Amino acid sequence: MGESGRGCCPPMDLMRSEPMQLVQLIIPIESAHLAVSYLGDLGLIQFKDLNAEKSPFQRTYAIQIKRCGEMARKLRFFRDQMSKAGLPPAARSVTPSLTSLDDLEVKLGDLEAELVEINANSEKLQRSYNELVEYKLVLEKAGEFFYSARSSAEAHQREYASNLSGEESLETPLLSEQAAMDPSKQVKLGFITGLVPRDKSMAFERILFRATRGNVLLKQAVVDEPVIDPVSGEKVEKNVFVVFFSGERAKNKILKICEAFGANRYAFNEDLGKQSQMINEVSGRLSELKTTIDAGLVHRGNLLQTIGEQFEQWNLLVRKEKAIYHTLNMLSIDVSKKCLVAEGWSPVFATKQIQDALHQATHDSNSQVDAIFRVLHTREMPPTYFQTNKFTSAFQEIVDAYGVAKYQEANPGVYTIVTFPFLFAVMFGDWGHGICLLLGTLYFIIREKKLLSQKLGDIMEMTFGGRYVIMLMALFSIYTGLIYNEFFSVPFELFARSAYVCRDPACRDSTSVGLIKARDTYPFGVDPAWHGTRSELPFLNSLKMKMSILLGVAQMNLGIILSFFNALFFKNSLNIWFQFIPQMIFLNSLFGYLSVLIIIKWCTGSQADLYHVMIYMFLSPTDELGENQLFPGQKLTQIVLLLLALVSVPWMLLPKPFLLKLQHSRHQGESYAPLPGTDESLQAEANHDSHDHEEFEFSEVFVHQLIHTIEFVLGAVSNTASYLRLWALSLAHSELSSVFYEKVLLLAWGFNNVIILIIGIIVFICATVGVLLVMETLSAFLHALRLHWVEFQNKFYEGDGYKFYPFSFALLDYEEE
Amino acid sequence: MYGFEALTFNIHGGYLEAIVRGYRSGLLTAADYNNLCQCETLDDIKMHLSATEYGPYLQNEPSPLHTTTIVEKCTLKLVDEYKHMLTQATEPLSTFLEYITYGHMIDNVVLIVTGTLHERDVQELLEKCHPLGMFDSIATLAVAQNMRELYRLVLVDTPLAPYFSECITSEDLDDMNIEIMRNTLYKAYLEDFYRFCQKLGGATAEIMCDLLAFEADRRAVNITINSIGTELTRDDRRKLYSNFGLLYPYGHEELAVCEDIDQVRGAMEKYPPYQSIFSKLSYGESQMLDKAFYEEEVKRLCLAFEQQFHYAVFFAYMRLREQEIRNLMWISECVAQNQKARVHDSVVFIF
Repeated sequence: MGESGRGCCPPMDLMRSEPMQLVQLIIPIESAHLAVSYLGDLGLIQFKDLNAEKSPFQRTYAIQIKRCGEMARKLRFFRDQMSKAGLPPAARSVTPSLTSLDDLEVKLGDLEAELVEINANSEKLQRSYNELVEYKLVLEKAGEFFYSARSSAEAHQREYASNLSGEESLETPLLSEQAAMDPSKQVKLGFITGLVPRDKSMAFERILFRATRGNVLLKQAVVDEPVIDPVSGEKVEKNVFVVFFSGERAKNKILKICEAFGANRYAFNEDLGKQSQMINEVSGRLSELKTTIDAGLVHRGNLLQTIGEQFEQWNLLVRKEKAIYHTLNMLSIDVSKKCLVAEGWSPVFATKQIQDALHQATHDSNSQVDAIFRVLHTREMPPTYFQTNKFTSAFQEIVDAYGVAKYQEANPGVYTIVTFPFLFAVMFGDWGHGICLLLGTLYFIIREKKLLSQKLGDIMEMTFGGRYVIMLMALFSIYTGLIYNEFFSVPFELFARSAYVCRDPACRDSTSVGLIKARDTYPFGVDPAWHGTRSELPFLNSLKMKMSILLGVAQMNLGIILSFFNALFFKNSLNIWFQFIPQMIFLNSLFGYLSVLIIIKWCTGSQADLYHVMIYMFLSPTDELGENQLFPGQKLTQIVLLLLALVSVPWMLLPKPFLLKLQHSRHQGESYAPLPGTDESLQAEANHDSHDHEEFEFSEVFVHQLIHTIEFVLGAVSNTASYLRLWALSLAHSELSSVFYEKVLLLAWGFNNVIILIIGIIVFICATVGVLLVMETLSAFLHALRLHWVEFQNKFYEGDGYKFYPFSFALLDYEEE
Repeated sequence: MYGFEALTFNIHGGYLEAIVRGYRSGLLTAADYNNLCQCETLDDIKMHLSATEYGPYLQNEPSPLHTTTIVEKCTLKLVDEYKHMLTQATEPLSTFLEYITYGHMIDNVVLIVTGTLHERDVQELLEKCHPLGMFDSIATLAVAQNMRELYRLVLVDTPLAPYFSECITSEDLDDMNIEIMRNTLYKAYLEDFYRFCQKLGGATAEIMCDLLAFEADRRAVNITINSIGTELTRDDRRKLYSNFGLLYPYGHEELAVCEDIDQVRGAMEKYPPYQSIFSKLSYGESQMLDKAFYEEEVKRLCLAFEQQFHYAVFFAYMRLREQEIRNLMWISECVAQNQKARVHDSVVFIF
C-alpha cells in the first residue's frame, strides 16, 4: 500500500500520507542564506525550531529581522502614500533589478527620505494655501457683516434723523440724544475675526458669553463647503465669526478661548477699500501657491509612480528575506560558529531535490565546503503530508476538519471523494435542483482563474473553495434525482412510458388501485405513475429506508475493512485477530444479515415482515418463522448468526488487553539484552526514550478496551439507525419541493390571472432557491458530514496526527493577506 | 437582588464581560516581562511587543523610538478598547464605564490649570493629558483665573460639576490651592462612585466597594505623607479624606495628627490588611510605599476576576492595563537611560 510507484498507474498517494524522514542539514554559514532561500523555493521541508528557549531578540539573526521589519514598515508607508494618491501598485514587473537586501535597504531609505521631504514641503505649502483660503473666506463673509451692519446702521440713522426732525414723541428715548451727541463717550469697540469648526461653535459661543459675562457680540456666518483645516489638514465644516468686545482684558480672554477652540484668527480691516485690496492680494497669492503646489504634486506623483512600478517586487523580496531569517533563527549555530545545523521533516521523495538545492547553494555562494545532508532516526511521530491538487484538497479538508490523519494511516479522504457527494445526493435527490446547483458551481469553475486572484467575501470564499465538492454533489443529485424521478417534484417519463395504465377511465382518483401493469417494468428509477398516488409515500419510504440501511451497512463495513488495512500496514496482528474479525462478525451477523434479507425480499417479492424477523431473532430465536420465512434453513442460520454475534463481544473485549500485557512484559525482558549491533548512540537513546513513554498500565488499557467494545456494540445499532437520516432528509426534501410546486405554483396557475401567476412564480423561485437550494443543501451537507465523521470514521480513523507545514515562499502570500 | 445576577446579567452585560475577560487574557505575562527586562534597546522592546497585542499599534513606528511613543501607542490601544466597550454598553454599565474615566478627567483639569499657572503652552499640555480624561472644552480651562471661574466657565458642562460644590472659592489659583482642589475633587468623585456602586448592588457593589475603599485609604495615606511639613492644617487635612473605607472614621482621626512617616506607620499597622504592606518597608522609608500599594492593588484587582456577573471586572481591567503601561514606561525608561539595574524597582507584575 505504501509504495509510490510513479509509473503508468496512479500511486496511492492519498491513501497513505507521504513517507517522511527527519533530516539534519549542516550548512556552512556563508552559504546558509542562499541554501535556505533555495529550500524555500522548493517548499518541501519543515524546519524544527532548535532555539525554542531563546527569546526573539536573543537569536542569531535578530538584527536582520529588525532590518526587514523596518523595510516592511517603509513599504507600508509607501503603500499608504500610494493609495492616498490613488496610484495602485503595478502588477509584478518581470525585470528583477535589485536582488541584494543591502541595496534595497539603502534605496528604500533614500526614497522614504525623499518622499517625507516632499510631503513636508507640500504640507507646508498646503498649509499656507489653506490659511489663505480661510483668510479669503473671512474677508468675504466678514465684509458682508460689516456691509450689512453699515447699511442697517445708516437706515437707523436715517430713521432716527427723520424722528428727530418730526415731533418729539413719547417713545423717543431721553438719553439717545445725548449719546448721539457726545462722541467722546463712545467706547472704542475691538473685534476679532476668524473661523471656528461648526460643531464647536455652540460651545464657543457659550464660553465666550460666560467668560465675558455677556459683554460681547458674536456674529457667525456658515461657510457652505467644508474647509480644509490648516493645522490638521482635514476637511472640517466651519463658521466664520466676528466677535466685538470692549476692553483689553476681554480681548485677552477671547484670544485664549479662540486658541483653546482651535479657531483660526485673521486680521481684518474695517476700511472697504483696503478690504477689496486685501481680497485681490490674497487671490493673487492663492493662484501662485496653487501652481507651486501642483508642481509639487506632479513631482510626488512621479516619485510614487516609480515606487509603484517596483513595489510588489520589493515587497516580495522583503517578505522572503524576513522568512529566510526567521528560518535561520530556528537553526542552531555550531560551537565553532562556522556552520548552522538544521533539523526538519521532509518527504522521502524530496531527498534528491533537497540535496540538489543544497549543492546549488554551495556552488552559487562559492563556498568551499559542501552542506551535509543526513537522515536521522527518530521515534518521533512525523507530520502528515498529503499531496493534494485543487480537486482533492477540498475533500481532504473535510477530513482534516475532524482531525489530521495519523502518520501513514488509511486516509478516509480517498473514499470521501465519492461517498460524500453520493450520500449528500441521496438526501438531495432532484435532478432539477441538481442542475441548478451544477450551473452555479460551473460558473465558479469556469471563472476559476479570475476568481482565484481576487478577494471574495466570507461565504463566497467558502463556496468557492468547495466548488469541486459542490460539482460532484450536483452531479450525484442529478443521478439520484433521475432514480427518484423528481424534477422540482414533477415526474417525467424520461426512459420509457410508465409501466402502468388505467384499467378504466375511473381511476383518476389518485389511487393505484385502478392501475394495471401493461408494459415492461420502467427501466431506470421510480415509475412516474407512483407520483401523486395514495400509496406513493409508503412505497418510497420503504424503498428509501431499506436503501439507507444497505448504504449504511456497506459504508460501515468499508470502515472496518480499512481498520484491517491499517492493522496490516502497521503490522499489528492483535488488531486483526481481536478487533477486526470480531467486529466484522458482529456487524454482519446482525445488520449484514438484515441487508441480505432486504435484498432477498426485493428479488423474490416476498411479503415477509423484516421487523418481525429481526426482533424475534433476538426474543425467541427458536420459534417457527411461519410466513416470514424468506429462504429455507433461515431459522438455523439465524441461531448461528446470533451465537456468533454473542461470541464476538467477549472476543473483542478480553483477549487484547491480556495479550498486550504479555507482549509488554516480554518486551521489557528483551531490553536488558545487549543492544543490537547498531553502535549509533542516537539509536540507543531513541530506544531508551521510547521505554519511558510506554508506561504500561493494565487497568487503563482494559478500561480503554471496555469502552471501545461497548461503543462498538452499541454503535452498531445506533449507527445503523443513524443512516436512516438519509431516508428522512430525502423525504423532507421531496415533500418540501412538492409543497412549493403544488401549493404555490399550481395554486397560482389555477387563478387564471397573470398578476397572481407572476407573484406565484416569484414566490416559487424564492422558496426554491432559499429553502431548497440553500438551506436544504446546507442541511444535507451537514448530515453527510456527520455520517462521514461519526459513523464512517469512528470505525478506523485515529486522526491524531499533525500537518506537514513546509517552509515555502509560495505559502507566504496566503499568510500575509 | 443579591445572588440573582446570574439570572439576568448576561442579557446586557454578558457580551461585554466576555470581551473584557478576553482583553484581560491579552495582558503581558511573566515570561513577557522577563524578556522585556532583558532588552538592550527600545527596538528590542518594540520587537518583543510586536508579538503581543500591542503589535499592530507599534508596527508602523519609524525606528528611532522614544519612550513616549511606546507609552502613547500602548495607551491608544487601551483607549480603543475602552471606546469599543463604551459604545457597546447599555445602562447602567455605560455610566459605570464613564465613572472610570472621571479620575483621569480630574488629573487632566489639574494638569492644565497648573500648566497655565506656570505659563506653559496649552497645546503642549493637551498632548500630555490622558486621552481617557479628555472632554470638549478642556482647552478653555486655561482662561480661568480662580476656581469660581473655572467652575462657571468650563466645568459646569462636564460630569465633574457636582464635585465642585465643596471647593468653590474666589481665591486665585496657586499650587497649594490646586492640590487641595485635586484632592477635594477626588474625594467627591470617589464618594460618588462608591454610592453609585452601592446603588448597583449585588456582586458589583461588594467587590467595587472593596476596591474603592482601598483606593480611598491609599489616598488618605498619600495625602498624609505629602502634607507632612506643609502649612495644611489638621482640620483641612481631615477634610480631604474620603468618608468611607477601612480607615474611616477612627483611622482618619489618627492620620490627621501624624507628623512623620513613622506615626503614619503606627496608625496603619492597626489595620491588618495594611500591616503586611507596611511590614515590607523599613522604618522611615516612604519611597517604596507606592510600589507596595500598587502591588496590593494589583492583587486585589486580579481577584476581581475570580467572580462572575459583576462590573468590577471592567474597572479592574482598566486599572491593570494602566499598571501594565506604567510598567512598560518604566522598563523603556530604564532601557533608554541604560539603568538596567533598576529595571525591577518599579515593575509590578500582573498575574
